[in-house]
Amino acid sequence: MKTFNLVITGVGGQGGVLASRVFAEAALAAGYEVRTSETIGMAQREGSVISHVRIGEKLQGALIPEGTADLLVSLELSESLKGWSKLSPQGQAVINGRTIIPPAVGLGLTQYPEEEIVAFLQSQGTRVRLFDATSAAIEAGTARATNMVMLGALSTLPNMPVSADMLWQAAERILPPRLHEVNRKAFLAGQALGACPQAAPLVS
Amino acid sequence: MSLTTETPSPRQLLMGNEAIAWGAIEAGVRVVAAYPGTPSTEVTEHIIQHAADYGIYAEWSVNEKVALETAIAASWAGARAMACMKQVGLNVASDPLMTLAYLGTKGGLVLVVADDPGPHSSQTEQDTRLFARFAKLPVLDPSTPAEAREMTKLAFELSESLKVPVILRPTTRTAHVCQDVEFSPPPRPAVPLPPLHFERDPNWAILPTLSAKKHRWLNACQKDMGRWFVEKKLNRVVPECSDADTVSVGIVTGGVSYNYVQEALANLGVSLPVYKVGGPTPLPAEDVLDYLQGKHAVFIVEEQEPVIEEQLTVAAFHRGIQIPIVGKLSGHLPREGEFNTNTVQAALRRYFAEVLPELSLPEVPTAQAGLTDIPAPPLRTPILCAGCPHRNSFYAFKKSLKGQDALFTGDIGCYTLGVMPPLRAADTIVCMGASVAMAAGFDRVEPARPHIAFLGDSTFFHSGIPPLINAVYNQARMTLVVLDNRTTAMTGHQPHPGLGWKGKQEPAPYIDIAAIAQACGVEWIRTVDPYDLPSMIAAAKEAVEYPGVSVIIARRDCISIAKRQIPHRIDDAACRRCGLCIRQFGCPALFEAPLTEEERQEGRKSGAVRIAREKCFGCGACAQVCPWDAISPEVQR
Ligand code: SF4
Ligand code: SF4
Repeated sequence: MKTFNLVITGVGGQGGVLASRVFAEAALAAGYEVRTSETIGMAQREGSVISHVRIGEKLQGALIPEGTADLLVSLELSESLKGWSKLSPQGQAVINGRTIIPPAVGLGLTQYPEEEIVAFLQSQGTRVRLFDATSAAIEAGTARATNMVMLGALSTLPNMPVSADMLWQAAERILPPRLHEVNRKAFLAGQALGACPQAAPLVS
Repeated sequence: MSLTTETPSPRQLLMGNEAIAWGAIEAGVRVVAAYPGTPSTEVTEHIIQHAADYGIYAEWSVNEKVALETAIAASWAGARAMACMKQVGLNVASDPLMTLAYLGTKGGLVLVVADDPGPHSSQTEQDTRLFARFAKLPVLDPSTPAEAREMTKLAFELSESLKVPVILRPTTRTAHVCQDVEFSPPPRPAVPLPPLHFERDPNWAILPTLSAKKHRWLNACQKDMGRWFVEKKLNRVVPECSDADTVSVGIVTGGVSYNYVQEALANLGVSLPVYKVGGPTPLPAEDVLDYLQGKHAVFIVEEQEPVIEEQLTVAAFHRGIQIPIVGKLSGHLPREGEFNTNTVQAALRRYFAEVLPELSLPEVPTAQAGLTDIPAPPLRTPILCAGCPHRNSFYAFKKSLKGQDALFTGDIGCYTLGVMPPLRAADTIVCMGASVAMAAGFDRVEPARPHIAFLGDSTFFHSGIPPLINAVYNQARMTLVVLDNRTTAMTGHQPHPGLGWKGKQEPAPYIDIAAIAQACGVEWIRTVDPYDLPSMIAAAKEAVEYPGVSVIIARRDCISIAKRQIPHRIDDAACRRCGLCIRQFGCPALFEAPLTEEERQEGRKSGAVRIAREKCFGCGACAQVCPWDAISPEVQR
């Protein structure tokens, strides 16, 4: 099998590490070799974080080379662009349209061109799914389950090496039982959104 | 915290640091001591998790020097021992290390020293292999978590067979990489392990005469270390025998760079035997030179410093081998930063084109076209969390010292992020504990200026106490603020002596920071809750006015270990959009919404200020900052 490369971007504290572990555990259960590399350390305090997950056979480095990611998942709108160069020309992307505006914007030190970003992503056609995953997670019970919404959504894409069932089972193994219910709801909401992203239009 | 779980399959997802922990447990380690530091922390966390099951004594020590000394004692009594730290932690532990190199070990002693090329989460990019060369000690460089586990076991063997401490050096992309590894936990010992006994021997007490003798011994050992690397196939040609040897160029590489080389070669469609270096110092260069026989040139791929490259260059010179050795010194690879497949592939491609023009190399896609159309995302630096009590402490000092041009010396921990705007509350940052001595030091040359040092609770125990004594004794005028958030936050919430517990929540003596300050001779000490901004501002004023050393203990739990409080909201009618809460305080839950069309027409300049409900911790600070009473807790239904 050709290596499947997944990049997960987001803001520190959004649960990107957990999402990558769930995907990796599911791939392991499916019999693949797995490598992941996550951002651990200072960037976890509200900084840009990126996880690499590679699955397949005879894997080498854990870092995904430029232009080779099959799938980009972003837990935050603008962070999707930080992983964009990793995406292959045919790669698909699942993006949470919810913004997290860094305080530096309010201080005039940087800008958040939300409209331009949305326009760029929409110009990419159907390979990009953009929806408000945070709202769906809040509806399921907590914004912390945004990562589960994203996993649910990606499970509906064509050509995934792991099925939705496998992903959820992996999540169940990793999450403490008291969190199963809310995360299950979030995962199912994600599945619905993945199939029909228009259901949760972007709000700003 | 372990995110992996028991799966029925014998293959498990292991993080590099977890793999090292299991390797040590499998090797029968009996004593482990460490100070947390990214990217090394999880090694000890995992061992503490399983210590009771395997009869291991494991501790979070107050600093790396103490950790290593603890491990030395255990080794000299005959136990297998391990000390774990990040690369800059070895600077702190270097004093015992240098002598230990001379005196040697009895039970195997392994130092896990994790390097952070990049750097991602460190103040320097220093290469521990150079430190090891300085100390003349062997280093093992794993490429993957699976290899890290095997190398950990081998490190104990090597330490015992040559009687030297051994450094295992994972880098971020081994330490924090997860891999599927065939693994199940080793059986637990059925009976408690017998206690050990330290045998007296003059060889354990360094004196100049012994030192001279031991230095000769250590030098004589160097060759044996290298030979051992070759014997154990840590340094070897991959694949061992092949007929793919059509290319007359050699590649020598080690650590994670080995993965990038293999991936780049596969992408370029070039197959050639690669010399893999698992033991880079002291490099058994003869073996590499054998591999180079018949080759016209050699490319050396290593992250951080050209450690292999320099040793090989010297050895080739002595053997009179005159092939070009390229790598970092020749400018073919960058001297700083982390590598990846792209860096290595680009460098190899350029090099092959240079020396092997007959090879036809495929164009490998790098990034997709059209990347230039992408809008620029906002800059997003790490900052203090929403509700972080440190922000309140910094803010209170800024506020109370307005117009006084006070100098803030910073330190290493989450509060390093106080340096970020809008607070900009760290004028200097050097290393663990430096804030205290530097505030006193500045006082010597600019006595009219207020000097305030900020450091965390764990850092206070690590290296804040001697400079505090020094400041009192030498009569400096300064204020020390201990940002006591009841945990070692940056590295993931390890305990420290000021909490009353240790390990896995076992009770431990509680060592009171205020009592220590008092015993150090500080006469002005105040403990304040930073969530109470007016008290904090008043205390800051008083502390700075005190003509000597004053200490404030700003005590409030880190939000990651505290229960979330009632989220706050902004009353749009009361909010005058002055932006003070954003521009002076800067909690990341606060943001300015983009102007709506209506507002634009009304001629408004700034959008509504909002609180991201899911981010707000409910600390209430913004409500105290707002001069218009526009912020209040949500009414609970
Ligand atoms: S983790 Fe705790 S100490 Fe670190 S920035 Fe967040 S609230 Fe502050
Ligand atoms: S109460 Fe205010 S300062 Fe505290 S976390 Fe919420 S928004 Fe931030």
